[in-house]
Amino acid sequence: MRAHVDLDVCQGHGVCHMSAPQVFELDEEDGHSIVIADPVPASLEADAQLGADSCPERAIMIERAVTVE
Amino acid sequence: MRVLVVGASLAGARTVQALRREGSDARITLVDAGDAVACDRPPLSKKFLADPAVSAVPVLTPEELDALDVDLVLGRRATVLDTGAREVALDDGRRLAYDALVIATGSAPRTVPGIAMLPGVTTLRTAADAALIRAALVDGARVVVVGGGFVGAEVAWTARSHGRTATIVEPLPHLMARGLGPTLGEAFTRRHAAAGTDLRLGVGVAAVSGTSRVESVTLTDGTVLPADLVVVGVGTVPQTGWLAGSGLDVTDGVLCDARLAAVGASGVYAAGDVARWTHPRLDAPIRVEHWTNAVEHGPVVAANINGRPTVYDAQPYVWSDQLGGRLQIFGRVGADDEVRYVFGGPDEPRFVAVTGNGGRLNAVVGFAAVPKLLPYRKLLVEGASWQAALDLAGVAA
Repeated sequence: MRAHVDLDVCQGHGVCHMSAPQVFELDEEDGHSIVIADPVPASLEADAQLGADSCPERAIMIERAVTVE
Repeated sequence: MRVLVVGASLAGARTVQALRREGSDARITLVDAGDAVACDRPPLSKKFLADPAVSAVPVLTPEELDALDVDLVLGRRATVLDTGAREVALDDGRRLAYDALVIATGSAPRTVPGIAMLPGVTTLRTAADAALIRAALVDGARVVVVGGGFVGAEVAWTARSHGRTATIVEPLPHLMARGLGPTLGEAFTRRHAAAGTDLRLGVGVAAVSGTSRVESVTLTDGTVLPADLVVVGVGTVPQTGWLAGSGLDVTDGVLCDARLAAVGASGVYAAGDVARWTHPRLDAPIRVEHWTNAVEHGPVVAANINGRPTVYDAQPYVWSDQLGGRLQIFGRVGADDEVRYVFGGPDEPRFVAVTGNGGRLNAVVGFAAVPKLLPYRKLLVEGASWQAALDLAGVAA
């Protein structure tokens, strides 16, 4: 899993950091979200998803690996 | 397993999404009285209201709904809950059996006795309400807002920023007193006055009058305010009428334990505005009407349904866009809290304040000051003391 933050949409609410502090850090200047776990380890996937879902601006995209069989 | 979710708004939608994400293969039925899945509400009093180019967005897109594989029942109201038989009756007579029930019926705008809902008088809850207000603002309406909470302050500010006249009528002495407490509420009241909003505080509404549509608002002190648009924003009430007789405690929302499981019934959960739960960090059960709360309840309920006991103990968060900035409140400001500004001040363009009581840090409030509030919010999340917050700021106790 990978998490992406659209910095044009992010408004610095910081809720992602509250939900998933090990995945999202916040820029000290403007509060914008920074992904610090890339790729997201399996143990943090649920946190990362919650962080994305909790974004009031829907600025975070979660990309899941697709297995082709 | 059969999961029944009553209410297709934010909390219900996020619960269903979390269930599927966790791999649940339950048969999920999602019931809502409306004719569509609800739309995301925060923008309705913010950017949607301010910008005619912005559209309302549903909490679940049609594609997301398809992927969730739910039986969607729209336009039907749940009328009876039988916790013994584990069944919910709908208004068409259908009875839906469940193994797990999620009560996510949310809240609805409170109305004021004596306020006739004439054309031009509206609450602000749906996209249709917001579209009506937006169109009136474009047309140059004189706006009277009844209620000085967050929604009222946002509507008045949006009207002012469009160059319209705006009046707020609020029986309390300050705006946003419930969310901000008296000290910060007073400071924001002065900011709104300086922005040119006509504030009528400590007075109520006696009548709303008009022939074919609203023309004026009469206050309890006899003042008559001409009005083309009246927005009533006096809070909401949890939608629990259908649970009367169910045996659940619905004194102020559905009483739940820390896992959001309804007290007095098994397999019943509540999520979002309608849930009053025992917050592990606070002393009493609380009910929170904020967006973030509804979003975060979903995964907690889903985990509990899936047999992974999980409590909900996050600090509340609410934001409000007004006065050209963003007001952010982490935690809950108590009515008797002491307030300390740790960055900026009440009359400065940006500030951060902390509030606390009895040695406890209760809330961090910021206005247009995201980076500055982060270290204080961290203390709050960690459960740090009031003294720790003062130490960080370098101010004396």
